[in-house]
Amino acid sequence: MNVNAADSAIVGAIVFVAVLLQATVFASFDVLGGTPDVLLLVLLGVALLRGSVTGALAGFGGGLLLDVITLDTLGLAALILALTGYWVGRYGETTGRARAHAPVVAVVVATILVALIGFFLHFLLGEEVSARRALVEALLAGLGLNLIFGAPVFALVRSLLRPRTGAERAIEVRLLG
Amino acid sequence: MQRNRTARSAVLGLSVRRPASRPFTSRTSSALRRRIVLGLLVLAALVLITISFRESQDGPLHTVQSGVASLLQPLEVAINRVARPFEDAYDWTAGLFGARSEAAKLRRENALLQQQVIQNESALQENVDLKRLLEYASAPSFPADYRPLAAEVLARPASAFEQEIVVSVGSADGVQQNAPVVTREGLVGQVTILNEHASRVRLLTDEQSAVSAVDLRTGAGGIVGHGQAGDALILERVSKKDVIKVGDEIITAGTRAGQLASLFPKGIPIGRVTYVGELDTDLYKQVQIRSDVDFSSLDSVLVLVGRKPAPVLP
Repeated sequence: MNVNAADSAIVGAIVFVAVLLQATVFASFDVLGGTPDVLLLVLLGVALLRGSVTGALAGFGGGLLLDVITLDTLGLAALILALTGYWVGRYGETTGRARAHAPVVAVVVATILVALIGFFLHFLLGEEVSARRALVEALLAGLGLNLIFGAPVFALVRSLLRPRTGAERAIEVRLLG
Repeated sequence: MQRNRTARSAVLGLSVRRPASRPFTSRTSSALRRRIVLGLLVLAALVLITISFRESQDGPLHTVQSGVASLLQPLEVAINRVARPFEDAYDWTAGLFGARSEAAKLRRENALLQQQVIQNESALQENVDLKRLLEYASAPSFPADYRPLAAEVLARPASAFEQEIVVSVGSADGVQQNAPVVTREGLVGQVTILNEHASRVRLLTDEQSAVSAVDLRTGAGGIVGHGQAGDALILERVSKKDVIKVGDEIITAGTRAGQLASLFPKGIPIGRVTYVGELDTDLYKQVQIRSDVDFSSLDSVLVLVGRKPAPVLP
């Protein structure tokens, strides 16, 4: 239990720092119209390493904190990242187990999923969002940046989360190598 | 791993005590737990979205949001300060990559803007010229039997030997053959070739031009023709007994040889006398005239369309 509590605290801390960095630093890191989503990459690493429940909880908490910092509609990012964390966690628990390409697939699918769900929710809330800008220009550039930043972020997350026991390692997804 | 004895028992026909079935396997409880967690999180998110969206800015949820954001603000400021040098370095580097294309883009914009400035200045000057023409057409000195037809100069003389221009009005606009062409400054010439939508105008400076004219002050008459150089004009056949002085204004006579009607109506300014001389051996005075019309930079002219039928040349 103490190990689980410590593990949860580390996940919480990682997500907390990722939210702050995403909101302050990486949001202004504009390359060809897109920005890297470091929070999403951290969430993917946590979900692939710790499963769907942890991924969903980490996504909900990180998204809610992001909504608070950016003074956006509460719950919006929380919903999107909770669903994404859950799906990636399930992918890591099932099809993506012991697959070398699992992290890349997770990054690509999650980036597109977040963009689509985000655009749909903002549209439902009556906000004017350019589909071309959000789903073509920003998405393509953001996807490229996420793929570039994915490897170092995954490596950092893996180094911070405690190594698994033998039984737990059996269901763990190999992130790198 | 537990061995499944059901099939074996059926074969052996022995009654075997089966272990009591558990309502949930570990796998089932895990799946149920996952779904419950996800469902609760989604529900919580939807509730938050609904309340946050429908609540006013000073509602309790927004107040809590603002409070928490304020608590985290020092952290954000600290992170921004630490990251600022790296952001500046990135912006500087990114600026280098974009500087070349941006410079080319700015050069193109500059060229376009310069063209627009020139076009605007040209349009302004054209506006001024047309206003002057309008003022002349409205003035009392404008020939009464004619109506003005504004025309744009389409083409200029190709060489010094051709003192003609092409204007943008023709027979479709009511222009007649030999129609006089004027500007506010004075007589320009006459229409020589008439098309439906364009006309060729022989300028006063052409060697073939000849206009009967009189001195506005003294009434001394003569014929204005092309001088020896450039835009110089001379007033020929001025009798030695007629009085003409430098500075006198020369206008169209409106008649030829005193009785015959001229192609040009009376009273159109031609120019001012710049020189008067006479030789004992000459029959007439030598009078030079300078026109106020700048024949080398005509942009707009007025073609006089007669209200009466044009006089026929013998």
